[in-house]
Amino acid sequence: MDLDPLLLSRIQFAFVISWHIIFPAFTIGLASYIAVLEGLYFKTNNPTYLRLSKFWIKIFAVSFGMGVVSGIVMSFQFGTNWSEFAYASANFMGPVLSYEVVTAFFLEATFLGVLLFGRDKVPQGAHLLAAIMVAVGTFISSFWILAANSWMQTPAGVEMVDGVFRVTSWIEAIFNPSFPYRLVHMVMAAFLTTGFFVVGVSAWYLLKGRATESARVMLSMTLWLLLVLAPAQVFVGDMHGLNTLEHQPQKVAAMEGNWETQSHAPLLLFAIPDSEAETNHFEIGIPSLASIILKHHADGVVPGLKDWAPEDRPVVGVTFWSFRVMVGIGFLMVAVVLIGLVLRLRGRLFDAAWFHRVCVGMLPLSFVAVLAGWLTTETGRFPWVVHGLMRVEDAVTPALTGGVVLASLLVYIAVYAVVFLAGAYYIVKIIQAGPDREDVPAGEDTQEELRRRPSRPLSAVDQTFDTPE
Amino acid sequence: METIDLTLIWALIIALGVFMYVLMDGFDLGVGILFPYAPGDTARDIMMNTVAPVWDGNETWLVLGGAGLLGAFPMVYSILLPAMYLPVLVMLVALIFRGVAFEFRFKAKQSKWLWDVSFTVGSTLAAFSQGVILGAFIQGFEVVDGAYAGGMFDWLSPFSIMTGLGLVAGYALVGCAWIIMKTTGDVREWAYSIAHRLLYVTLFAIVVVSVWTPLMHDAIAQRWFSLPNFFYFMPVPVITAGLAVVFYRALLQRRDYLPFFCALGLYILSYTGLAISLWPHVIQPDITLWEAASAPESQLFLLLGVLFTLPIILGYTTWTYWVFRGKVTEHSAGYH
Ligand code: HDD
Ligand code: HEM
Ligand code: HEM
Repeated sequence: MDLDPLLLSRIQFAFVISWHIIFPAFTIGLASYIAVLEGLYFKTNNPTYLRLSKFWIKIFAVSFGMGVVSGIVMSFQFGTNWSEFAYASANFMGPVLSYEVVTAFFLEATFLGVLLFGRDKVPQGAHLLAAIMVAVGTFISSFWILAANSWMQTPAGVEMVDGVFRVTSWIEAIFNPSFPYRLVHMVMAAFLTTGFFVVGVSAWYLLKGRATESARVMLSMTLWLLLVLAPAQVFVGDMHGLNTLEHQPQKVAAMEGNWETQSHAPLLLFAIPDSEAETNHFEIGIPSLASIILKHHADGVVPGLKDWAPEDRPVVGVTFWSFRVMVGIGFLMVAVVLIGLVLRLRGRLFDAAWFHRVCVGMLPLSFVAVLAGWLTTETGRFPWVVHGLMRVEDAVTPALTGGVVLASLLVYIAVYAVVFLAGAYYIVKIIQAGPDREDVPAGEDTQEELRRRPSRPLSAVDQTFDTPE
Repeated sequence: METIDLTLIWALIIALGVFMYVLMDGFDLGVGILFPYAPGDTARDIMMNTVAPVWDGNETWLVLGGAGLLGAFPMVYSILLPAMYLPVLVMLVALIFRGVAFEFRFKAKQSKWLWDVSFTVGSTLAAFSQGVILGAFIQGFEVVDGAYAGGMFDWLSPFSIMTGLGLVAGYALVGCAWIIMKTTGDVREWAYSIAHRLLYVTLFAIVVVSVWTPLMHDAIAQRWFSLPNFFYFMPVPVITAGLAVVFYRALLQRRDYLPFFCALGLYILSYTGLAISLWPHVIQPDITLWEAASAPESQLFLLLGVLFTLPIILGYTTWTYWVFRGKVTEHSAGYH
């Protein structure tokens, strides 16, 4: 059997980046949440906020650590597996990724130390500052990396000279056409992910009748936020799609599973796209709706995949289905927050156990939505690495052999399985141990003691780890 | 832009970045390398707490090295990484294991030993593969039309194994000096007791690599041994020898802080020696800095950002080291 280094490199890249994005999707939102909790504690001196902050910092520490180690892998993947792409795009990608390091990574990594270990070494204000800096760092990081990715989707501000891209306008290249949409959509996705995580954990506590005071504060606070974010994400996603239609029409054709350029295009709810036969099987659709969504008119003409030569078409099946998964979860999220609002207005938010079960069920789904979104974006860009300018087969490292890529892929699979499953296990353990006990009266002494106790998942929590319950 | 040589400035910045990495991650990897030999579990907890608040920032210099290389010398990035596919893989996996060990170790009870192993093996392999990469970098690569054209195992040679082992020793030495500086009691005693041996091994490695390198490339031998260069460069080995003596005496006199700075000095000198040997080629034997450079507008755009942010980064990095200054003991806040 011939091992294809290109195909294996694609699988490897998809595998390592998918693992990586799980952590940013969670830590971007969580960093801000912790900064808010620290800020509230700073202002009000209410120990509940401190307790919550310390609890989430433990979880944050574990996920951030995994985000960092999986991110370091990413920054070398460009060179090891995509050296032709790295070389050709370096004039743009190099500075952008370096800016990410000097403006974001150092900020996050350095202040993280103070956030985790410095509570009793620096004044409270400086500790709050560290929390804010970590949060700011995650935004700056998103800014640069999404500028890089968006440029690959909708390149601008460059010209090709002797096989390499030269930047003609930094503003145009960084603020390329899809960047604003992708940045907003992704940061909101991160907040939604964190939000549903917090809601899920609080709901679980309420179901178990544990840590109820903290759980109520978290649930209520976070559902207000999600009430705004979830519908807004649907709206932003729609605008994002319209932008894609303008700049990457073949991607939209694949997302819609639309083969013929046509007016009155239906919105397909179900179909099995068949790239060989250039058609779909088992279609179920709503007539004209795709035309209405994309062109705001039933007569609107929607591009079809057959407009492109077969070798220029995206991976239709994956793009089509991952898009549906994402959008489906998006609407589910809207439904959940609306139900939450109704329950709240009726004063039943904290005792509707069925709703709490739904919230627990939503917890993993937001991660699924993020992954599905990226799958849509990336497989819809195929066969281009840089849309319209550089194809994946010209991007891969020429010296690679199938054997070594297969070996590295297997190594990554094995390592990630061990390491990230262990991480997930410890996070579950922290959640099971719960925020610091509430039955202790929050007098001066306890507050002082709370403040002084180091913040990593340690002492109080440790005792429960690995000991049979 | 003829007046300022951006490429040269970039070479200095990358050199600084790599140096900061080797120094800073050097001591925390070194702590990991020495981990299994520590006198007991409490000692290990203390050792880990000396680096826990700073390792992440230290490792970020590696990311800067990678991204900066892509930005300023894309040809080096796109030749080095494919040529080093397997050592880089080993390094990344090793960094994963030692990185998560910080978070996981203090949460585990029965499985704690597992993360101890993960920390040690991760640190040692990361150091070793970085040394191998350095060795292969000195050896040079087969390049056709600006792309790597060799095989996946070309890096493997007695020389690169030697530099790999040498770097493990070097990191262990600076890690040991760090432990002396940051701890008291038993842990410090133990660190003092092994420091001499680590110093000998490291010096041995420096000598071997220094002799071997010119034997490998005639041009490098020319560089060092032709007149008058010989006299210009003579101070490098002479100062190295002098510093080794100071280091030795500092250990004898139990000066807690001096050994660390001596180790730092040894790094700087080895680094200078290397720069003298390789200059101005970034890919041995014959691709120069200027041939490998990115476009001037990219170098300039990035330079503006780096000149602005680097002082700030150094500022807050210093601040965190200041916050966590002083000796770490069993009773210090940390992961207990
Ligand atoms: C939208 C957000 C986002 C996306 C799409 C990516 N990352 Fe990431 N990355 C982050 C958001 C982030 C973060 C929030 O800044 C992280 C996550 C947790 C963390 O430690 O920082 C991070 C960590 C992180 C680190 C470690 C930083 C450190 O040492 O502190 C590196 C080297 C990368 N990433 C590199 C990449 C590369 C090369 C990517 C693309 C191929 C990538 N990331 C996609
Ligand atoms: C973080 C979320 C991301 C996810 C989940 C993701 C997912 C994927 C997937 C599934 C592929 C394989 C597609 C295919 O081959 O059909 C891919 C390819 C690729 N992606 Fe991404 N990606 C993400 C972000 C990024 C970013 C931020 C960049 C660049 C800055 C990037 C650059 C690439 C490159 C270079 C390839 C290889 C070429 C290709 O196969 O198309 N990706 N990604
Ligand atoms: C129902 C409403 C939604 C719509 C209409 C929508 C629309 C889109 C579209 C069109 C894209 C592809 C853009 C492109 O590649 O050019 C996309 C990507 C993406 N979506 Fe959504 N989306 C929705 C909900 C969500 C939700 C709920 C999440 C996560 C919580 C999410 C996360 C993502 C991510 C991470 C990407 C990839 C990055 C990007 O291109 O922005 N989306 N979305």
